[in-house]
Amino acid sequence: MATNPVRKTAVWLLFGGIGMFCFALFVLPPLYDVFCEITGLGGKTSGPYTQQQGAKQNGAQQRPVDLERIVKVQFVATNNGAMPWEFKPLVQEVKVHPGQAQKVAFYARNATRRDMVAQAIPSVTPISAAKFLHKTECFCFNNQPLKAGEAADLPLVFFIDAELPRTVNTITLSYTLFDITKQGTEQKAEQSTEKNTGQDAPPLAAVL
Amino acid sequence: MAHGPAKGIGRWLFATNHKDIGTMYLWFSFAMFLLGGFFAMVIRAELFEPGMQIIKPEFFNQMTTMHGLIMVFGAIMPAFVGLANWLIPMQIGAPDMALPRMNNLSFWILPFGFALLASTLFMEGGAPNFGWTFYAPLSTTYAPPTVNFFIFGIHIIGASSIMGSINIISTILNLRAPGMTLMKMPLFAWTWLITAFLLIAVMPVLAGAVTMMLMDINFGTSFFNAAGGGDPVLFQHVFWFFGHPEVYIIIIPAFGVISAIIPTFSRKPLFGYSSMVYATSAIAILSFVVWAHHMFTVGMPLAGELYFMYATLLIAVPTGVKVFNWISTMFRGAITYETPMLFAIAFVILFTLGGFTGLMLAIAPADIQYHDSYFVVAHFHYVMVAGAVFSMTAAVYYWLPKWCGRMYNEALGKTQFWISFIGFNVTFFPQHFLGLAGMPRRYADYSLQFTDWNMVSSIGAFIYGASQLLFLYNVISTIRSGEKTDDPKVWEGAEGLEWTLPTPAPFHTFSTPPDVK
Amino acid sequence: MASRAKRLILSTLGTVLLGFATQASASGEAERPDGWSLLNMTEGVTGVSHSIYDLHMLIFWICVVIGVITFSVMFYSMYAHRKSSGRTPSNFHESTAVEMAWTIIPALILVVMAFPATKGLKDLYDTSEADIDIKITGYQWKWQYEYLGEGVEFISQSSTSLASIYGKAPKSEFYLEEVDKPVVIPVGKKVRFLITAKDVIHAWWVPQLGVKKDAVPGFINETWARVDEPGIYRGRCAELCGKGHAFMPIVVNAVPEEEYLAWLAAQKAQAAVEKEAINNELTFEELMTSGEAAYNRSCASCHGVAGEGIPGAFPALKDSVIALGPVADHLDVVINGSQTNAAMQAFGGQLSEADIAAIITYERNAWGNVPEADKTVQPVDVLKFKQGQ
Repeated sequence: MATNPVRKTAVWLLFGGIGMFCFALFVLPPLYDVFCEITGLGGKTSGPYTQQQGAKQNGAQQRPVDLERIVKVQFVATNNGAMPWEFKPLVQEVKVHPGQAQKVAFYARNATRRDMVAQAIPSVTPISAAKFLHKTECFCFNNQPLKAGEAADLPLVFFIDAELPRTVNTITLSYTLFDITKQGTEQKAEQSTEKNTGQDAPPLAAVL
Repeated sequence: MAHGPAKGIGRWLFATNHKDIGTMYLWFSFAMFLLGGFFAMVIRAELFEPGMQIIKPEFFNQMTTMHGLIMVFGAIMPAFVGLANWLIPMQIGAPDMALPRMNNLSFWILPFGFALLASTLFMEGGAPNFGWTFYAPLSTTYAPPTVNFFIFGIHIIGASSIMGSINIISTILNLRAPGMTLMKMPLFAWTWLITAFLLIAVMPVLAGAVTMMLMDINFGTSFFNAAGGGDPVLFQHVFWFFGHPEVYIIIIPAFGVISAIIPTFSRKPLFGYSSMVYATSAIAILSFVVWAHHMFTVGMPLAGELYFMYATLLIAVPTGVKVFNWISTMFRGAITYETPMLFAIAFVILFTLGGFTGLMLAIAPADIQYHDSYFVVAHFHYVMVAGAVFSMTAAVYYWLPKWCGRMYNEALGKTQFWISFIGFNVTFFPQHFLGLAGMPRRYADYSLQFTDWNMVSSIGAFIYGASQLLFLYNVISTIRSGEKTDDPKVWEGAEGLEWTLPTPAPFHTFSTPPDVK
Repeated sequence: MASRAKRLILSTLGTVLLGFATQASASGEAERPDGWSLLNMTEGVTGVSHSIYDLHMLIFWICVVIGVITFSVMFYSMYAHRKSSGRTPSNFHESTAVEMAWTIIPALILVVMAFPATKGLKDLYDTSEADIDIKITGYQWKWQYEYLGEGVEFISQSSTSLASIYGKAPKSEFYLEEVDKPVVIPVGKKVRFLITAKDVIHAWWVPQLGVKKDAVPGFINETWARVDEPGIYRGRCAELCGKGHAFMPIVVNAVPEEEYLAWLAAQKAQAAVEKEAINNELTFEELMTSGEAAYNRSCASCHGVAGEGIPGAFPALKDSVIALGPVADHLDVVINGSQTNAAMQAFGGQLSEADIAAIITYERNAWGNVPEADKTVQPVDVLKFKQGQ
């Protein structure tokens, strides 16, 4: 289109600028998420763990359980600023063998006079352990509605990958509870499609 | 053929001449510099002693935010664009900028952007108060309602910068006089070429960041909100992906200015021209891969911290090359010390000090103590003020006689230099001590052990501030009544196409391309 | 120890170079540098802070050496090669050998620097085998400490009065670095800090511990410290978090282990006593007196000492609908936070029932406020509201 060399340069540069804008807006955030998922950057855990994922990684159906090792897993609950619910882990910590599935629960109670919806956001330290913590069932995969005055035990089933680096002997799993009552309704539909059906979940080992 | 400028206000409103637009950019940036400087004076007055005396903490935060935004986007960046407008066509033998009408637009939207930004000071809820780095969620969920004005202001300023850069690149790539190969261009044109590419790459990223903020605040998305699956730390990654190249955008044109002034007053060609070009390009490329060194305390995996530390250390190499080249240029020259040279030498010394503290900050474990302290404030003011602002001042003294055909008052210039130099160091050197001793940046009030050095710093700031009024006076009196000169070279050792033109430079220059040897 | 001697020599040289006397190192807080002697980074009291200090001094001296060499050449040239000495300038403008040298030598110096830096960083990241875990939560504008597994948690906030900040009262020795309840840790034990935030990003910084870590809402960070010497160590928030950024100090009290255990037991006992006291009925005067203190501590930074608020940012409480209207709504907004303004936190989990009762009573009757009904609120009313709402 542009025969004038000046105009040609300018148009190319303009496209470059627009390209960078789109890159920042549409590529960087998902790229960051993928990057977090792979590296556990920022202590983010991945979504529901499935058998297929495990098979892909190990090449075997059976998940090895390392009975030699014991890893302490701590649970921490935090309410975000304006979140009035009572929210705490029912057990402060568990000791597990890598590979062994463990079920725990968090207690939540909506003590207010209104119906509310909450979303729990997980985070793990040390950061290097994040990608070795697999959750097969977690209340954080969905948002959690509670009616006024209602209480619930929110379940979590997880196991620690046997590949966990030897240097890690304590893992802290933190949940921060956010009030999403205002946004909750739209997100519900979207999230239920991602909901883990539980079919792929490996059988539960004995609860400690 | 050649006609003079139009009469009256129309000359400026509809300006397409690169010299007129350059002049407007320079005056605008100086006005912004005084405004941002006034905010700095308010900050330093409040910090003169412990306790809240003059302003309240929430207004203090607005002052630090506005000071940062106005100095970076309103003072330093437009000042260098103004310089580029004036000089690049004259240095490469072009008749004007390649896209004169866009040039007009890119200048004239700036005042509106900053009017939008400054008007928030008078609105309910106050001006932006979340720092010039505007970290989410302080700048989203917890922001004052004026944040939307801030976002639109940033969009306008960003658009202006991008248009300015497109213009500069188009000019340099297409309008060079015959024989003016890229590797014959003065280093100022080279540094601006590189800077303009950086701007086109990262200003849209800034625009993307504020757009995401806008959507989070007004349209219920969750880019930076953990509740909806976003991540506040993502904001910092996006911001610094823009922000680190941005600090080089500010300093790289200064390299070009210094590389013009030191050879002139040393009466000796620039040492290592090609290595200067390569070093500048290397710095520009590296600036894209080091951003997270601003985030060493945010909680990154060990491997990430190590990578960003190593990559950052690497930048010291090309930066060192530049400093060594300038000193070698002076070596065995015949040096005189006019005002531009004094500022240029001060630049080399103080910028190198800023470089040293930069090297210290790059050491990730040590950065645990330095991070977000006054040590960082001292570091970047050594680079931004003693780097960018000193080089701008040097540039104005150096080229002013060529622009207006009048010589500035040398005694006044030297006086201003010494007051600036002393004022600057009295202000910012003690801030190293404050930071190392544990005073965080952006503090409206501090505990008693920090009192003495804060007082010294405030006194220095008032001295430095006053020296800028002297500068303003010197420039105005030069334009109005300076001693006339018509020597095309102005300076004995000056080399380059702009010094072959008559003094003062006519309204239209190089309507026929010059011969380049 | 050799490294200790080296450190002493280097730091002495450092201060001499800057033209000031060294400050003697003793124990406790008395020797803290201030005024003109405040020049350098603290060596601190942990292994990490020492290694940071050593790295800092190492890179500082490398910079000094490079600087002295570079600037010597420059100043020599500025003097010897000035035009007024009658020189004709040379014309050389490149030398591949020299340019190669000053590219490669700095690169080698950097490689040398990278080794100790890498080692230091690895040490900093080693949070394994901790003896005690303390969760730290950043709020606008205070810190909460929770001793994991002990059931002890409390909020620690600045005890500097607004009057002294605004020059209406003298400033104490530890102005803006004193808190109502310091965090207590035992010496010689590895303490792991788990750091997060409730609202915006904060950063927990105690220079003498060599610890600075961001507190990010929704995410948890960890770091650690093993304090060698008992003492009181003071720190600050290091990430801009709003208008109270400068007013949320940190005080760490490191004590011998027995003292720590006794303190922990006392905390638990005190919590039990407070629980008992909820059923006590308080007089209007008692509520107003304790209410004013609690209000000034927890509410005045936003709503103002006179309940005037800040227009456009924080609502006024004087003559406000909440303060004068039904008490249930008043309880609701204080305990559960605001649904429209994220800055109004849910204070139900932060303040005791007694404090909430006193604050609400105060807000309803201070500054000329006259409520429609329910002049006073008792602690037990707050408890009932929390449980049965």
